[in-house]
Amino acid sequence: MPDSAARLGFMLNGQMVEVGSAPIARLSAVLRDELGLTGTKVGCDAGDCGACTVLLDGEPVCSCLIAVGQVRGRTVTSIEGLPDASPSAASLQAAFLKHGAAQCGICTPGMLSAAAALLDRQAAPSEARVMDAIGGVLCRCTGYRKIVDAILDVGGGPSCAVDASPLAGRAVGARIERLDGRRKVDGSEIFGADAVPGDALSVRAIRSPHHRARFHFGDIDGFVRRHPGIARVFTADDIPGDNCFGVIGPFADQPVFAVGEARFRGEAVALVAGDAAVLAALDPADFPVTWEELPPLIEMDDALAETAPRLHDGRPGNILTRGRVARGDLDVGFAAAAVVVEGLFETGFVEHAYIEPEAGFARRVGDRIEIQACTQAPYMDRDDIARILGLPALAVRIIPTAVGGGFGSKLDLSIQPFIALAAWHLGRPARMVYSRTESIMTTTKRHPARMRVRIGADQDGRLTAMDFAGDFNTGAYASWGPTVANRVPVHASGPYFIPAYRATTRAVHTNLVPAGAFRGFGVPQAAIAQEQLFDELADRLGIDRLDFRLRNVLTVGVPTVTGQVFDAGVGIRACLEALRPRRDAARAEVRAFNAAQTGSLRRGIGFAGMWYGCGNTSLPNPSTMRVGLRADGRIILHQGAVDIGQGSNTVIPQICADALGAPLDLFDFVSGDTDLTPDCGKTSASRQTFVSGKAAYLAGQALRRAILREANAGEDATLTFADGGVTVEERGHRRALPLKELTPDARGYVLAAEATFDPPTSPLDENGQGEPYAVFGYGAHLAEIEVDLALGTVKVLKLTAAHDVGRAINPTLLEGQIEGGAAQGLGLALMEEFFPGRGENLHDYLIPTVGDMPPVTSILIEDAAPIGPFGAKGIGEQALIPTAPAILNAIYDATGARIRRAPATPDRVRAAIRALEIREVKTRDDTHA
Amino acid sequence: MYFRPTTIDEAIGALASQGGRILAGGTDFFATQGDRPVLGPVLDISAIDALKGIRVEADQIRIGACATWSEVIAADLPPAFDALKAAAAEVGGWQIQNLGTIAGNLCNASPAADGVPPLLALDAAIELAGPAGTRRLPLDQFILGPRRTALAPGEMVVAILVPRRFEDARSHFMKLGGRRYLVISIVMVAAQVALDLQGRVAGARVAVGSCSAVACRLPALERALLGVAAGAGLAGLVRTEHLAPLRPIDDVRATALYRLEAAQTLIGRALDACLSEPAHA
Repeated sequence: MPDSAARLGFMLNGQMVEVGSAPIARLSAVLRDELGLTGTKVGCDAGDCGACTVLLDGEPVCSCLIAVGQVRGRTVTSIEGLPDASPSAASLQAAFLKHGAAQCGICTPGMLSAAAALLDRQAAPSEARVMDAIGGVLCRCTGYRKIVDAILDVGGGPSCAVDASPLAGRAVGARIERLDGRRKVDGSEIFGADAVPGDALSVRAIRSPHHRARFHFGDIDGFVRRHPGIARVFTADDIPGDNCFGVIGPFADQPVFAVGEARFRGEAVALVAGDAAVLAALDPADFPVTWEELPPLIEMDDALAETAPRLHDGRPGNILTRGRVARGDLDVGFAAAAVVVEGLFETGFVEHAYIEPEAGFARRVGDRIEIQACTQAPYMDRDDIARILGLPALAVRIIPTAVGGGFGSKLDLSIQPFIALAAWHLGRPARMVYSRTESIMTTTKRHPARMRVRIGADQDGRLTAMDFAGDFNTGAYASWGPTVANRVPVHASGPYFIPAYRATTRAVHTNLVPAGAFRGFGVPQAAIAQEQLFDELADRLGIDRLDFRLRNVLTVGVPTVTGQVFDAGVGIRACLEALRPRRDAARAEVRAFNAAQTGSLRRGIGFAGMWYGCGNTSLPNPSTMRVGLRADGRIILHQGAVDIGQGSNTVIPQICADALGAPLDLFDFVSGDTDLTPDCGKTSASRQTFVSGKAAYLAGQALRRAILREANAGEDATLTFADGGVTVEERGHRRALPLKELTPDARGYVLAAEATFDPPTSPLDENGQGEPYAVFGYGAHLAEIEVDLALGTVKVLKLTAAHDVGRAINPTLLEGQIEGGAAQGLGLALMEEFFPGRGENLHDYLIPTVGDMPPVTSILIEDAAPIGPFGAKGIGEQALIPTAPAILNAIYDATGARIRRAPATPDRVRAAIRALEIREVKTRDDTHA
Repeated sequence: MYFRPTTIDEAIGALASQGGRILAGGTDFFATQGDRPVLGPVLDISAIDALKGIRVEADQIRIGACATWSEVIAADLPPAFDALKAAAAEVGGWQIQNLGTIAGNLCNASPAADGVPPLLALDAAIELAGPAGTRRLPLDQFILGPRRTALAPGEMVVAILVPRRFEDARSHFMKLGGRRYLVISIVMVAAQVALDLQGRVAGARVAVGSCSAVACRLPALERALLGVAAGAGLAGLVRTEHLAPLRPIDDVRATALYRLEAAQTLIGRALDACLSEPAHA
C-alpha cells in the first residue's frame, strides 16, 4: 500500500525516511531493497551471523530480525551513516584498514557497527568486553584476532606497523593497507547481491527434498497460468546447449537440472522465473512435481558394495577416480622399521560457511550473455555457461563482483546457470540470491575422509615406510573429486623424506551433496592422520617429537615421494626450528600447570608440519597480466586474479610496481572481467601470488623494457615515475620520455605489456612419479590447549604458526591469511561437521566465533623459491593444514586420548578420555587381583 | 496483516477478532521464517508499554513480556537472579540480547531455551491474558513439550512473575556448548542454594536444560541436599539416580550418554559455584 498515510517513518542515518514496504518486512530487506543501502549485508536471515548488524537507538541489533514496523519513529544507523553517528567509527575504519581486519569485507559493516556501539559506551574496553561485543558477528576470513586488535587499538591499546605509500621499488615487503580496503570498511563494496538492474526478474530453483528420488512433473503450464507474475518455468528441456557442467572437463557430469532422478538432496529439477514479489511469496510445495523416494547411498561402504546401484554410467563401483603415488619397496621399508604405528582416521563433511551466500544477476545483451556474480573462477564460469547455453565462449561475459569469502566452493557454478538461462530466454535481467539453507544444502563441501595409514621408522628415528589408503566421499557429482584424489597421494607423506611409500585414494560417489574444493583439497584430512601417527612413532621410539620430525624433513636435494628434487626454497626445517623456543617454553608452562592441578583441567601442546604444492597438479595453469602506461603517466594494471578476501588486489600490484620500478600510488586497476582482463585462472590452489603474481612481475618487467626501448636506454638505466611522466636516467643523462607525443593504442596506452606465466611441471607416471608442482609452501603450527577432562571440552590458548612464504610480499596480509586459515583449521579440529539433511543453517553448523580463537603468533620464514615473483610462494591453503593435527596432538598431550575422528567434539573427547579411565581402573584391578 | 497495538486490551481484542502470530523481539519469529513470506495476521506487541520493563513489586518481581535479555542483564536484581542474568549473557550475541525477550524464549518452548532452567529454579510463574481475563500458571505447567505451550487460543503472555522468597539465595548458571557465543547448548544447568546460619543447605533448586523435551527440576537431588553442611562442597552429593527425570537424546550436538554425564558434572560445579561466589562479584 504505497498510500502515504500508511507509509512508515523513521530516522535513518540522520535523516527522516518514509518507506512503503509492508511493516512486517525485515528491516535488513527494507534497507537494502527499498532504500538501496546495501552496506548492510545479509548472511543468514536468522540472527546466526550478525552480518546485518545495525544500530537501533544506538544499540546493535540484527536487522534481519526486526520488522520495519518496529522501528517506526526510532533511529537506525547503518554502516553508511555510522561515521556521522558514532564518534569512534572513523577511527575504527582506519584501524581496520591498518590492522588488516577486513579481508573479504562481508562481515565488516556488522563488525564495525558492533565495535562502534561498544567504544561509544566504553572508550577503553578490555579484550573480554571486545569479544563480548563482537561475539555475535561471524567472520570466516580473518580468524578475528586482527579485528580484536583493531578495536583495542582505537580503545588505547597497541597500534601496529603500517607502510603508507612506499617509494618506487619498496612495495614488496611493505605492510601496505589493502588497496580495495576503503570500500570494504565504508560499506560501498559491491558483492554478489548488491547490484541489481531495476527490471530484473527473480528465479527460484525447485529442489529435491530427498537424497535420491525419481520425479515426475505435473501440469507446469497450468501452474504458470495459475500464478500471475510467474514468467516461465525452465527444466532440462529448455537448455539450449549441454545440460552438463563441471570444473574438470573430462569429468563434467553435473546437470543444471536433474533428468528423471535426483541424485542428492537439494539438486535442482526446475527453475521458476518471475516478478520478485511473486517469487518471494511462492510456496515451492505448490510446484507440480511428485517425488518417489529411492533408497539412497549414504555411506561409502554402501556405495562401494558390489550390489550397489551406480550413480553414473562408466564409473563402476561408484568410484569416480583413483589416485596413486608409489616409491621404493614397502616390504623392505617396513622390515627395516623398529617401530610401526597405524590407525584409521576419519573426518566429516565441512561447509565453507562464507558469510556471503551465492548471488548475482545475468542479462542478455544482443547475442551475448553477461553474468555479474560472486565467483572464484571467471574464465571457467564463462566456458561452462557457454557450453550450457550452446554459445561460443566469447559470447559470455563474466563480471566478478567482490566475493564475500569463497575458500574453494565458489570455483563451481551455483546460481550462474539459472540466471543465465532465464535471462537468455526471457530477454530480461534475472537475479538469484541463495538463502543460507540453499547455500549449505547444495554447494560443495570438504570431502569426508576415511584413511587407513601405517608408518614405520627405524631405531634412529628415520622414517622407513608409509602406506596410506584413503577413501573420500565425493557425493553425487565429480566437482573437484579427481583433484582431491590426486593431490592427497602427493602430499600424504607431509614434508618428509620417506624411502618406501605408497598412497592410494579413491573418490567415491554417494547420494550426498557434491564434495569439491575446500582450502587444501584433501591435504588437511591426510595431515590429521600423518601428523598424529608421527607423534606416536616419536613417543614409541623415545625421541623428542620435534627432533623426530627434524630428522626426517625434506631439504634441498632430497627427493619427495614423487621423486621431485628441489635445489632451493625448501623451508620446512626452518619452520619447525622456529617453533622450538615457544615449544620449549610452553612445555615447561604446561608441566607446571598440570602439576599444580587438582581439578579436571589439563593443558597440552602439539604441533604439526605441512607442505602444499602451489598451482595445478601436473597440469597447465597459466595466468596472464596486462599493464599499460597512459600519456598522463598513470599505470593501469589489468588484474584478473579474483580477490576473494585473500588480498590479490593488493599483493599483485605490489609485485608489479616493483618489477616496473614505479610507485604504487601511480597505479589504477581494471579488475576481473572476462571482457577486460586477460585470464588469470582461478583463485585456488594457492596460486595467485605465485602464478598471477609472477605474470604481473613479468608484465611489469616487460613494460619497463618497453619504456627503456622507447628511450633508447639500456637495462641499467634508472626510471623515475613522477609528475605525470617518466624520466630515464643513464650514465648521468636525464631525459623525460615524451609520453604525450606517443600514439596511444586502442586501450589508451602509450606503452603496454602483457605477460603470461605457467609454472613448469611434469606429468606424473603410473606410480605418481614426476614433478607435480614448481613450488611448495611449507609450514608448521604449535597449539597450546586446555582440556576439561570431565567435560571433554577443548580450549585453544595460543597458536604459533611458522610459514615459509618464500618472500613476504605484504606481511600484514600474510598474517591475515595465516590467522584465518588457522581459524578454519581450529574449526575442522574441534567443531565443524555437516550432516546432509540436518542442520542446513549456521546455528547447527558451527564455525568458530571470536571467543574460540586464541592469539596467533605468525613467524614468516623467507626461503625464496627462485621461480616465484621475488621468491614468493602461496599461503592460502598452507595456513589451514597444520592447525587441526597440531590441536589433536595437543589433546593427546594433555589427556593421553587419541582422537581419530575429527572434529574432536566434547562428546568424542570425553568418550576417549572415559575409555582411558576405564582401562586404567581395569589395569589397577588386574594388578590388585 | 500487521497490527501493532499499544494496550493489552487492544491486543487481546485483535487476537480474538483476527488471531495471528505474536511478534515481540523477533529473534525466533524471523529466525524460523527462513525465506518464506510471512502469511496471515501478525500481532506486534512491542509497542505495548504495559509489557515493558522489569518491576520489583512487594512480593514478586515482574518481568514484562517485552523485557529483553539486555534489560535483565542491566537490572538491579537480587543474587537469586544471577543465574538468569548469566543465562541472558549467554543468549546468542549482543545483538540478539538487545532484541530477544525472555517471555518469547518461553513461548518458543525449545528444549534448549536458555531462560527456562534459571526461571524454573526461581519458581517463576507466567501471567497470561486472554478473552476470559488473566490467569497465572507455574512455568512447568506453561511449557508442555517441544514447541508446545499452554497458551490457549486468544491468549498472550503478559509477564513472568518471580516470587521474592529466594532473594538471598545464591545462584549460578552453566551453559555447555560446541563453541563460545551464538551457541545452542548441549547441556545447561541452573542452580540456586540458600544456606542457614550454620552453613547448612536451607533450600536448593536445580534445573537442567537440553536434556529432556522440556527443561526440568531435579526434586530428588534438591531433597538430598536439604540440611547438608555445605562446607565441604556439594558436588560430591550429586548421584546418577538424581538425574532420573532427564531423558537426553542423541543429536548433531552430542550423544545422550555424554549429556547425562556432563549434566552431572555441571550440576556439581554449579552448586559449588553458588557456595563460593559472592553475590554480585
